[in-house]
This record gives sequence, C-alpha cells and structure tokens, in this order.
Amino acid sequence: MLTSSRSSQTKVELVKTLSRARTTHRALSGLANASSRLQTSSAAMGGVRGVERSCRHVELQQRLINGQRRLYNTEETGKAKPLFDKILIANRGEIACRVMKTAKKLGIKTVAVYSEVDRNALHVKMADEAYYVGPAPSADSYLRMDKIIQIAKQSGAQAIHPGYGFLSENAKFATALEEAGITFIGPPVTAITSMASKSESKDIMIAAGVPCVPGYHGSNQDPQHLLEQAKRIQFPVLIKAVLGGGGKGMRIVHKESEFLEALESAKRESLKSFSDDNVLVEKYIQKPRHIEVQVFGDTMGDVVSLWERDCSVQRRHQKIIEEAPAPGISEEIRKDLCDKAVAAAKAVGYVGAGTVEFIFDDDTKVFYFMEMNTRLQVEHPVTEMITGQDLVEWQLHVAAGNPLPLTQNEIPLIGHAFEARIYAENPRNNFMPDVGKLVHLSTPEASSIVRLEEGFKEGSSIEVFYDPLIAKLVVKGSDRTEALRVLRKALEEYQVVGLSTNIEFLRTLAGHPAFIDAEVETGFIPKHYNELFPPLPKPTPSVLAQSALYLVLRDLEKDRQLSSSTTSPWSSLAFRRFGGDVHKRIITLKASPKDVYHVHVTSSSGRYHVQVHSQSGEVLGSFENLDASLQGPKTLHTEIEGRKLQTTVVSQLDHHGSPSIASAEEKLHIFAGDSQRYALTIPSPSWLLSLGEDAKKAMKGGGMRAPMPSVVVDVKVANGDMVKKGQAIVVLESMKTETVLRAEQDGKVVVVACKKGDMVEEGTELAIIEPLETIKD
Amino acid sequence: MNASQTSSRALQTLRTLPVNVCRGSRHVHTLPPLQTLVSTSSPEFVERANAMNGLVSELKKDLAAIREGGGPKAQARMKSKGKLLPRERLAQLLDPASPFLELSPLAAHNVYRDADVPGAGIITGIGRVAGRECMIVVNDATVKGGSYYPLTASEETHPSSRNRKGEQAPVHIPSGGAALPHQAEVFPDAQHFGRIFYNMAQLSSQGIPQISVVHGISVAGGAYTSAMADENVIVRNQGRIFLAGPPLVKAATGEEVGEEELGGGDMHSSVSGVTDHLARDDAHAIAIARGIVGDLGAAAGGRIALPAAEDAEPPLYSSSELGGIVGTDVRQPFDMREVIARIVDGSKFREFKKEYGTTVVTGFASIHGHPVGVIGNNGILFSPSALKAAHFIELCSQRRIPLLFLVNVTGYMVGSKAERGGIAKDGAKMVRAVACANVPKFTVVVGGSFGAGNYGMCGRAYSPRFMWLWPNAKISVMGGSQLSQVMSSVSKDPAQHATLEKEIEEQASARYGSARLWDDGIIMPEDTRDVVGLGLALAARETAGTSQTHSSGWDGSSFGVFRM
Repeated sequence: MLTSSRSSQTKVELVKTLSRARTTHRALSGLANASSRLQTSSAAMGGVRGVERSCRHVELQQRLINGQRRLYNTEETGKAKPLFDKILIANRGEIACRVMKTAKKLGIKTVAVYSEVDRNALHVKMADEAYYVGPAPSADSYLRMDKIIQIAKQSGAQAIHPGYGFLSENAKFATALEEAGITFIGPPVTAITSMASKSESKDIMIAAGVPCVPGYHGSNQDPQHLLEQAKRIQFPVLIKAVLGGGGKGMRIVHKESEFLEALESAKRESLKSFSDDNVLVEKYIQKPRHIEVQVFGDTMGDVVSLWERDCSVQRRHQKIIEEAPAPGISEEIRKDLCDKAVAAAKAVGYVGAGTVEFIFDDDTKVFYFMEMNTRLQVEHPVTEMITGQDLVEWQLHVAAGNPLPLTQNEIPLIGHAFEARIYAENPRNNFMPDVGKLVHLSTPEASSIVRLEEGFKEGSSIEVFYDPLIAKLVVKGSDRTEALRVLRKALEEYQVVGLSTNIEFLRTLAGHPAFIDAEVETGFIPKHYNELFPPLPKPTPSVLAQSALYLVLRDLEKDRQLSSSTTSPWSSLAFRRFGGDVHKRIITLKASPKDVYHVHVTSSSGRYHVQVHSQSGEVLGSFENLDASLQGPKTLHTEIEGRKLQTTVVSQLDHHGSPSIASAEEKLHIFAGDSQRYALTIPSPSWLLSLGEDAKKAMKGGGMRAPMPSVVVDVKVANGDMVKKGQAIVVLESMKTETVLRAEQDGKVVVVACKKGDMVEEGTELAIIEPLETIKD
Repeated sequence: MNASQTSSRALQTLRTLPVNVCRGSRHVHTLPPLQTLVSTSSPEFVERANAMNGLVSELKKDLAAIREGGGPKAQARMKSKGKLLPRERLAQLLDPASPFLELSPLAAHNVYRDADVPGAGIITGIGRVAGRECMIVVNDATVKGGSYYPLTASEETHPSSRNRKGEQAPVHIPSGGAALPHQAEVFPDAQHFGRIFYNMAQLSSQGIPQISVVHGISVAGGAYTSAMADENVIVRNQGRIFLAGPPLVKAATGEEVGEEELGGGDMHSSVSGVTDHLARDDAHAIAIARGIVGDLGAAAGGRIALPAAEDAEPPLYSSSELGGIVGTDVRQPFDMREVIARIVDGSKFREFKKEYGTTVVTGFASIHGHPVGVIGNNGILFSPSALKAAHFIELCSQRRIPLLFLVNVTGYMVGSKAERGGIAKDGAKMVRAVACANVPKFTVVVGGSFGAGNYGMCGRAYSPRFMWLWPNAKISVMGGSQLSQVMSSVSKDPAQHATLEKEIEEQASARYGSARLWDDGIIMPEDTRDVVGLGLALAARETAGTSQTHSSGWDGSSFGVFRM
C-alpha cells in the first residue's frame, strides 16, 4: 500500500498485480499497466485535455513507473508498514472533514472531538465516533491536550491529526503524545521548536545556505556603521525604529546619499514617539510577493518539494486567495526555490508536510526565507490539484513510517489551480469577521475541476469562538487563464445568506485585470482598492420586478396553505376580480434608506404585469404579460424581455438585534444570475415599528443586554457602584471585536449578572442599573 | 374523591374516539362533453356578440367610475390625512391572492336626484381573510362622508341576510350615520337601518361572528354597527364612536366636549369598553382584523386546521424562568404575560381588550398547535375585568376554542365603591359565563385562588377538564391572615385565631388539596406547556358537538355574544 493512487480500487488491483509478479520484468510490466490505469483516472480528475493530456500522459506514465520501481524495491527490502486503523482528528470545520475524507477512503476509522457549540457540526456527523471535549472557547475544548489525549486512549485511536491551527504546531502537545504512545501526524518536536523561534530558524537557515532578508539588528548605532551595513544590504533599505509601530520612525532609503539624513530624522522621530532612538536596517522590497514551497519529508531522511504556491494577495495579513504554481516564475527560479526549501527542511530533520515561506522580490526575482510552517496548510489543495496527490494520504504514510510515495523527479506539475477562501466577513467594513447562521447555502457543483472543502451545511452557524472560514473553493484548469475562468464561474454560483461573506469581493478580485495579468503582490488590495470596491449597484427594474413577483407568488402559496380546502375555486381562482376590476398589489422595496421603489403588480388570467416606480413616482420599467412561477421555495422562473430567468430569492427576517421584539423586517436576497447579488428590504409598517419602539422603551428600565452572542472580556463595575452616564459597564468580545456597553444614565448598579469569561447569548441580561431618579423616589 | 371516582373520571377523559375515514371509490364515467353547434363567423353570431359587447363595455365604464368612489378630490383629501382609501383597506384585509366577489356595485346608481352615491357609499363582497371566506362591508367615506342612504341600508341588510346560508364571517368597516335628509327612507321600515342591527344580533346568536373596524366616525347608527360587533377595532386618534356627536350633545344637554374625548379610541378601549382593540393606524387596524379572523376557530362553520404538532413553535423564552417570575409569596404581584410568554407557541399572544379591565389578561394563543383562549389574572377583579372576562369567554364559546385559566386571584374587589359599581352583578356575569361556556376548560393555579375569584377563574366546582396546581398554589376562601382578622372581629379568643390561621394556611396549600384529590395534581411550572398541550389534544379528539343549538323555537336561550 505504497502508491499515491487516489482510487482505492485501483490500488487494490495494483497490490494484486504486485503479488502476482514473479520476476522483476513481469512485475514492472504489470506495474506499467496498473499505472496507466492509475494515470487515466488521475488525468481525468485533473481535467487535462486534448493533445497536452496525451503528451503529459506518456511522461507521467514514465514517472509513475519509476515510482513503482521504487515501491517494488521496498517490497524487496522490507514490508510496507500498515496504516493506522483509527485516528483522532483534533480539529473542526473544513479541515477536520478534509482529513476524514482521506481516512475513509483508506478504510481508517475516524474519531472527532467537538465543543459545546459543535454538537451537530458536519465534522461530527462525518466521523465514525465523536466525543465531547468541552465548552465553546478553544482554550476549553480544541486546545485541551489532556482531554484530547484521554479521548484518543478511550477510543483506541493510534494517531492524532491536528489539522491546522489549534494544536498543530504545539511542541508540548507533540511531546505529550509521544509520552502517551500516540503518533502525532506531524513533524518531530525538534523541528516544531526550531521553527517556532524566529531567530533560531534564521540561524539554521543561514547555516544551511538558505537566504534570509538581509538586515542589521545589532546594537551598534553609530551612523557610519549603519551606513556600512546599509551598503552591505544594498539599497533600497528600510530604517525602522526598534520599538516602532504605525509607520513612526520608519524611512525608506533608495540611495546611499540620502541615508544619513533619513537616519537622523528616523531617530529623531523614534525618540519623540518611543523615547528610544535605536533603529534597525533591513532590505526594502518594493514589490513583495508571498511564495511558499510545499515540502514533505519521511522518517528515512528524504525530503521532496511539491512545488510552490503564490499567496501574495492578502487582507489583514491573512491569505484569501492562493494559486499554484506561482505565476511568472521561471523553471530556474522554481528549482532554486524548491531546492532551498528542501534544504531548509533537511536542516531541521523535517518529517511530514511542511511549508517554507519566502518573501519574493518581484523586481529582482530574489527571494528570502521568512518562516517555516510545520503543519498541513489551509491552501494545500492547490498543490494537490496540480500534482494529483493526496497530501493527507502522504501524511498518513509518513506517520506510519513508510517512505515518501514519490521521489522528486516523479512529482507532476500539471495545469494551474486556485483556492478561494470563503470567509464570514465584511470586505466593505475592513474585512471584519461576521458571525451568524448560514440561512441559505448553495454551492457550485463539485467536479473534476471544482473542488469544495466545506465544514458547514445550510443551517449551521459560524461561531464567535473560531476562525470564520466557511469553506474553500478550489479549482483547476490547464493554465492560469482557464483556472481563473472556472473560479469566476464557481464564485458566481456560490450563494450564502445569513451573514456577510467575501464571495462577491473574491469574484471582483478574480476578474480584476491586474490579477488576471498576474501582477500579484502583497499590497494588491490597497493598490487596487477603488476597483475592487466599486459602488454597490442599484437594483435594475428587472431585478425589482423579479423580487416583487417572488413575493406575490410566495404569498399565493402561503394563502393556499392557510386555507383548509385547497380544492375550492376560492383557492384556484387566485387574484380573480370581476366587472373589469383587476387585482393590483403595490410592493415597496428598499435597497438603501434613500433608495426606495414601489413595484405595482397586477395579475389577471395567470399573467402578471409589473410596473416599477421610483419613490417620486417615475416609471423606471414596465413589463407586460409575464409568466412567472416558483419552482421550490427559493427559485423563481420568469421570462422578462425575451430572456428566460431563473432567480434564487432567499427571504430572511432581520431582527435588529432584539429577539424579543416582533418588529423584524423581511429582507430579500436576490441572486439574479448576472453574478450580482442584491439585498432588498421590505419596510415594516409604521405601526409595527412604533410597537417595537414601545417595547424597546419598556425593556430599557436599566437592564443592560448583550447585543450579540459574545464573550464577556471585562466587567468594570461591582454591585452597589454608582455609575455616571457613559461609563463603561461591561466589555464584550465578538469575532475579535470589542464592544463596550456603557451606562445610559446616572444610576446605581444593583445587579451584575455576568462575569469575565462568560459566554452570553444575544439578549442576555448583563447588569441592572437603577436610574438615579428612581433611587431618589 | 375515592379511587374508583378518579378512575372513572380518567376513563371518561381517555375514551377514544376512533375516526373511520371512508374513502369511497369514485367511479369515473367517461361521458361525452357537450358538442357546440355555434358558428362563430355567422353574421347573426357576430351581430349578437357586438350587441352584447356594447352593453358590457358600457357596464365596465360605469363600474370603473363607481370604483373611484367619491372621486380623486375626495380621495386625495383622505390620503392627506394619512388614511388608506376604502379599496386599499379592502386590499390589505384580503389575503394577498384572494379572489373578491364584489356584490351589487351598481347600488344607488342614478337613483338619487340630489346626489351621486357610487355603490350606495359602501363596497360589499366576499373574499378570503386568513384563509376563510368572509362577507366584507366597507364604508366609503369619500362618498358623502360615509352617511347612510336608503339603499346603503338595503345593500347592507342584504349581505347580512345572506350570511344565514353562506356562513361567512362578516367584517365590517363602518362609519357615518343615517343621511339625515333621507331619514324617513332609512329608518323606520323592516328593511331599513334598524334591520342591520337586528340581523347582526341574529347572526351572532347563530354563531356567526361579526367584526367591525372603526377607521372614521361611527356616529348614531354607525356606532351600533361597532358596538353590536362580536369583536371590534378602533384606530387611535382617528376612529370615533358616539351616539351623538359634539353638536348634538351640546344641543341636547349643553355639554361641551371634543370628539376624541367623547368617543375616541383611547377612551373606548380603556374606559367604556365599547372597543376591544386599539390600533395605531389604518394598516394596524386591518392587521388586527386579520388576526381576529384567524382566531375565529370553529365559528360560522370554520374548521380549525391544526398544524403538525412538530411544526408548533416553542416559546421564545425559557420555561425555567417561570419560578423566578412567580416566586412563592402570593402577595407579590407579577405580570401574567410573562407566564403566558413561556407557555404558548412562539410566545405569540393576540390580546383581547388589552387596555380595558387590566387586572385580567385575555387573549388567543396556541399550545402545541392547539388554539386556546387564555384568561389570566393580573390583580384583583374589578367590574371591568369581570365584564371583559365574560365577553372573552362568550367569544371562545362561540368559536369553540378551549379555555385555559391561569389563576392568581385574590378575589373580586370589595368596598363601597365596588359594591355601588355592582361588582357582585358583574362578577356574577363572569361566573355565569365560566359555568355555561360549553368548551373544554383547563385550570392551572399558578398563585393564589381565593374566594369568589376561585369560581370566576374556573375552580374545581366549574368542571374544568383538568385542574393543575403549581407547588406554590394556595386555595382557600380567603388568605389565612385575613381570615384570622375577620375572626378576631367576631370572636375574642386570640389563641383560637392563631390555631385557626395556621390551620387555614395548611389547608390552603397545594399539597393539602392535591392529597384530597381536589385537583389533578401538582405540576412543575416548567411542565405547564406540555401538560396543557396533552390535555388540549385530548379535548380536540372529541368532535366539537352540535352543542350550540340554534333552534329558532321558543327555547329563549340564544342571545349571541353580549358586548359586556
């Protein structure tokens, strides 16, 4: 069981072939047949086409034959070690599901752990066994090493896959597992420790001949000495205050002649800002790219690279879109990058999946070591797409003590792949994370070129406690242009309602000319900000008409359900009027507070006439004799202006953060099929708002409630404290954002109903402050 | 009170009523359809068709003009006051997809020489509201201020009569009064104005509910269409009901009074009890009316379509909070709505007469999908509270909706003011209504149940299907300390008072009563919803009998719903 095949059936055949083989020659020819079968399936998966495919095919066959020879050799020298029977996945979300998929394929039983809020999560459903690990906060659940080890023992899991994040790069955990006699599916403790320290890792890399960003971090602050250092580093350089931050005490120097002056001003500014004028000098990279190399090592000391990935386009210093191979990289540079990465891994005796990250100067094509991530990365699927390998399967083999499935020269690089990370966040609000329920989730169909790594299904919630990654969309094409086209189409088909996502942003990004031209760099988003965030489009008359028709048809359906007799003509003769009268309904739709439309829908003899009016009464569009029907609760079929349309409309009740008040507004999310998504609100009648206001007033009475599900990070008052209006009472944290709840009037704290660390639901009472006037009474 | 009694009671309640659904196999004969022999191109055909089309287009033209009511000017005036036009009100009242079968739109067309009165000033017809076909009458205030012309009365008496057969629930949107110049043609005869109210009373006695929404001024006769309704709605600061407006009042009595003070929504909803629901605007009033129709239960031949039990929404708030709301000290008041919010489906409660008789809370809700009328105490029962409860029980009885009593009552108000106000008489109405309500009754004592309050709130003597107590429940003729005080005023032995007080306290306790089978058990507060839900489901298995006999003979018993 040493092949890297992705189909277990083929593998079985392969093993059978092996056992039948008596001589080297026969074994080899058998293997060639088997590998051609193998390759057919992997080529089909990869979607490589036409002539290219057949050429690649021959080449790959050769590579695989080589690979199998190696396998044959192993067969001669010793038996392949069996994989585990049962593994525990100490993670959640998409990565836990991803690992389980491979385990299932290999017949390995899986054990999941879950926190309080993950009881019904997808990874729990997928696993063969699942165990409760603790309350929602990571520190009490997915980071509880003791509990996880205990569960592993209890369930009989022989190994633990840590996924990424959580315990994946925790040396203590790896040590504890070793002591407990459980295999850690990851690198050795020493490698984790070395790479965790920035300075240690740099020293190791320099010793191994891996370039690091040149710089001077020493204590000799003599200007002449610093100038010498700058010359050694080569201009342009960056002068940075050691205690600096926020750009204070930072200067970019392009020429030697400007250095001393810039140094003086940087030191002056630093002294003023930080009472310290120590600076450091580093190489300044004008157009940096983030390029990383996937490496893999085995316990025999072999290390290979599975080529590089480009993850340059980032927001908040986190990746959102990754691709492989890196565009615009020559074969020589690729080889250099991969060789350096392998050298880096070898330098620390690396075993398993790892990633060596480089900062790449796009102007000079020079790259420098940044750090090594000692885990399976989020973006590993792009590498899998271009190599046709299953990296989790590799991890399992390596962890079982088997050699790497392929040697360096056997690793293919076919086509181009992208990964788009679907995050619960609001790109238009500085990419702030969002939480909430996936009220509606419709994804592009998975195929050989579209792969989805999902951790959540419709109805799941993205919780405040964890990473807001909803899913990963991975695509491939025979080249970058094709892959991007596939990506754009898939993003257009990706629908999420219930929380803000970056889907539209990713779609805009994937269609941006500079991105298409591969002008990627870490500063891409700020550089192209205006084009990436065009003003929100106004809904077209056609979209407004479709929304109104959806409401009319939806209510027709509701009416029918309400009535006890569906056989009555009172049901079938919907909208019927007599004597020349027509049924007319005016639907008000609000795109923004200033952008209000009135859509007049008249219905007669099963056809609809729709007229879209602006707020001032101007007719924006008029559609006659429309045929419209609902195919399911979310899908509207219409024909407008000679075009067949299938529109997804999702209705959602918006509660304005108060579950107890009935003044929720209905919101329609319209996916009109032109890649544009619209959100329209149906304004609540004024009487409902007025009742809601009264209820809000009645609820005020000093009681302070949580506006959203959050964690109490601080309670600033105690029982009996007198507080002033505007004084901070409770500090909440939700999705890495702090909210300070303040006293609405002067008063006395009579109850504190929460404490630091509490998790509170929306609407939970946190404190009661008796207003001063009441106390006087 | 012995075991055999209990078991026979249980047997009665648990008697199953199997329903055999017989689906007769229908034989489908393939009869040939009628064959047409008409030649559509023959000159005779064309000529006849043209003649007909001529009449039709003429009719359409007239009807189109009639649909404009009092015309654009009058409509604009109405809109400028923030009001909805009559046809807009109609559209909002109807289910969005409902057909509307308009009746007699040509009424009063070219009849009065002095005035054009389109549709006789009203729009009538049948449409669906909340899934139920209703007769709808909308007064059009753009036409002659909504006053009644002779044919208005006739048109209105027609639809009301029609209800006898059709059994639709009429929804009335009235205003105006008799057009005084025409009083002779409006007032005295059998088919005149008076007949409207006669019909309203008759219909109610036959179990056909009538609902009235007051958007404008309902004066004199108009006032009665509202007051005679089983349930009604008024728009705040807009709707007015009085028998005589300020000018007539001044002429008759010299009193000077404003319209709002004389008959505004706030006054009628909180003081007189002439109206049941106070709406904020036209749209709100119509939304309330739709809610009322939705809660008509089995009235007027309606069927209660029960949702699948698993579809029943749980309450929004946790039942574990009930203990903290109620506590164990019967002297500490709490808002019964907080209890209701933790028992009923989706915490949804359509409250009846919210502003009137506020010490009793009444309204419609569902528990595990079963409709139920809830009556809960929010303090001492005063005359208005008793009248409100009696009115509400009548409504539930007419609609065959079971009643749930959530009891925390110290009794009816005492004192000279209350006695002069006839508290005994009003309390008696409530007790009578409870006793005679021919629907399943359920009683849960969530606090105290003292004195006559115990009767009015369906104590054991009033035959609730089930009666449950919360652990804190206290049931006695009066509180121990009061009883002791009363005793001290008639007897002089303090030692005896102390023992007696202790004794009464003990006898009032839930455990004391439950041990003697005065109830069906003590339940945990958080179990209330499920316990009552199971009880309601048992009651729903019994066919809502033909309990309400509407024989037109001499039985002299049937009055319909009294607006108390």
